Amino acid sequence: MPLEFSAQSKQLIDRLLTQYPNKQAALLPVLHVAQDQFGYLPDEALELVAQMLELPPAHVFGVITFYTMFHREKHGRNELLVCTNVSCMLRGGYDILRYIEKKLDIKAGETTPDGAFTVIEEECLAACANAPMMICGNDYFLDLNEKKVDAILDDLRRRWQERQKMEAPGGGDPNRRTLMGVGGPGTKTS
Amino acid sequence: MSWQDAKDVKIVTKNFGVDGSHKLSVYTERGGWQAFRKALTLPPAALTDEVKKSNLRGRGGAGFPTGMKWSFIPKEARTVYLVVNADESEPGTCKDRELLAYDPHLLLEGMAIASYALGCKHAYIYIRGEMMREARIVQAAIDEAYAGGFLGKEHAVGTGGNPFKLEITLHRGAGAYICGEETALLNSLEGKRGWPRLKPPFPAVKGLFQQATIVNNVETLMNVPDIVTKGGEWFARLGTPKSGGTRIVCVSGHVKKPGVFELPMGIPFRDIIYDVCGGIPGGRALKGLIPGGSSMPPLDANEIDVPVEFDALMTDPRIKDVEVKPGVPFDMGGGRKLKTMAGSGGVVVFDDSTDVVALCARIMRFYAHESCGQCTPCREGTGWLARVCTRLAKGQGEAGDVELLANIAHGIAGNTICPLGEAAAWPMLGFLTKFRADFEHKLRKAA
Ligand SMILES: Cc1cc2nc3c(=O)[nH]c(=O)nc-3n(C[C@H](O)[C@H](O)[C@H](O)COP(=O)(O)O)c2cc1C
Ligand code: SF4
Repeated sequence: MPLEFSAQSKQLIDRLLTQYPNKQAALLPVLHVAQDQFGYLPDEALELVAQMLELPPAHVFGVITFYTMFHREKHGRNELLVCTNVSCMLRGGYDILRYIEKKLDIKAGETTPDGAFTVIEEECLAACANAPMMICGNDYFLDLNEKKVDAILDDLRRRWQERQKMEAPGGGDPNRRTLMGVGGPGTKTS
Repeated sequence: MSWQDAKDVKIVTKNFGVDGSHKLSVYTERGGWQAFRKALTLPPAALTDEVKKSNLRGRGGAGFPTGMKWSFIPKEARTVYLVVNADESEPGTCKDRELLAYDPHLLLEGMAIASYALGCKHAYIYIRGEMMREARIVQAAIDEAYAGGFLGKEHAVGTGGNPFKLEITLHRGAGAYICGEETALLNSLEGKRGWPRLKPPFPAVKGLFQQATIVNNVETLMNVPDIVTKGGEWFARLGTPKSGGTRIVCVSGHVKKPGVFELPMGIPFRDIIYDVCGGIPGGRALKGLIPGGSSMPPLDANEIDVPVEFDALMTDPRIKDVEVKPGVPFDMGGGRKLKTMAGSGGVVVFDDSTDVVALCARIMRFYAHESCGQCTPCREGTGWLARVCTRLAKGQGEAGDVELLANIAHGIAGNTICPLGEAAAWPMLGFLTKFRADFEHKLRKAA
């Protein structure tokens, strides 16, 4: 079945298009919407976006390969972005990454067989004063140690299992990370 | 005025720690949007003059005078864009993210004033893609400001003052450090790969969508409301003769109390490490520090009495000058000789237990990963630096590696479209100069 944007995604895209003087400028935001809906960006998704924005599919392909956040294969429900750059490195960022890899029994760049986690070794994520750190979705996890990692992974896995029970088979959560129309959370960073 | 006199002045962090500081109601209760009202009673050119008087210099790394940059917009420009650089990805730098999270309305007000001064009707905030949480906070703030009548196509704020309409769009990046470079950022915002453009033309003449454009950092614009309220002279007096205001410094690495601090311009690194951040943990000795994000050459433990400023650091005679070719755009280093700068304010402190060669190798790996690949010296050179540095760090170095690293770095600097080439070459040469013994020690271990 060819991919299609959901009604909600379409609405978002319509709104996005009003914010730029041409359609091409909406490419990154529309790709975010597509990836949020489909979970990744297979060829059909690229074609859909290209058609919608009247761009050559090759251009869209060239763009997604330039940016690290767009991916061509399915990721786990929880993407763990673990920083190992200088500030984190000095305070044990690599130990945290190795610990997570061991605990989940995968290497950075891989996804757990159950689809719960993908681990990504990230570059600096702008929380250097709270190193070592990682991001998962909307959440920053700061000043990490092994005990904190244990608690975070347990909690994420439990929530993932609950969500799995709730979601219909095959039905993704269409708007799991999209911004528009979402109120701001609190601002405490640490 | 010495830096001690400005110790307690807070401009961009004044609302930090206030409950609900990200909400419009709290912001206006605390005097928010008053500067904007005042601005609308003045002619636009007077605002640019006030910013010139303030000695405000860009906080994105290059330290370019903000008022001067604003005045580069051609008089005949019909469409003007203001773009906020909220891409913060320079390793060691973590200020803009906190500024966005705690006080998004201060940024919006700064943008509104700047837009009025520049004649901009639609401004964009380019926010780093990974900052999902901050993006939500900023979007919510934009929505509130629209609803509150401060922004929007339909709204004409300025009862009593000049009429004014401004739209602000939040645009998320998608993970590419190079998109922090202003021309790469514009390409990315236009829906292209984030490839830096050749300059000239400079963005002020031909920028976003081929129109006159000003790109400013988050912290830079957050200073503008207070400059309008309290005056450019007040702001200038807070700082040093060459740079007005205060400075956000983010300190990380081996200190007892790392954090993001608003400090007086010109404070010495010694005071930052030992007073503000409580010194080095575990009774260890300081080995060195990176003064302004990972693209800045490091300082060693004997050099911490220099003040945190833009130019004061640029006088180390030990580092051999790199030939700078005319016409090569510089914005991280201002086209000056190879020394060091307080850049983006990211101070990374490391103690004597640190494997400096491994640290340097990690930095080189970063730039190799982030090179956009347009220029051969940068694309090949950064990868080469990373490989040689990594093998040295692993104790597998080969005779001549230290000289080789210096040669490669010299081959990159000055020969590329954008300053990412220098961003790798400078710290490489800096580490080699300041910590040469560490590199040679690794080499001896390998032999
Ligand atoms: C490789 C590279 C990365 C950069 N990254 C950033 C960044 O993340 N944030 C930023 O504000 N400026 C960054 N800059 C500097 C911008 O090009 C530009 O000078 C700045 O946004 C101008 O704003 P300002 O005058 O207010 O400092 C970067 C420059 C280079 C060469
Ligand atoms: S210097 Fe590097 S990052 Fe900059 S344009 Fe050239 S290849 Fe791209």
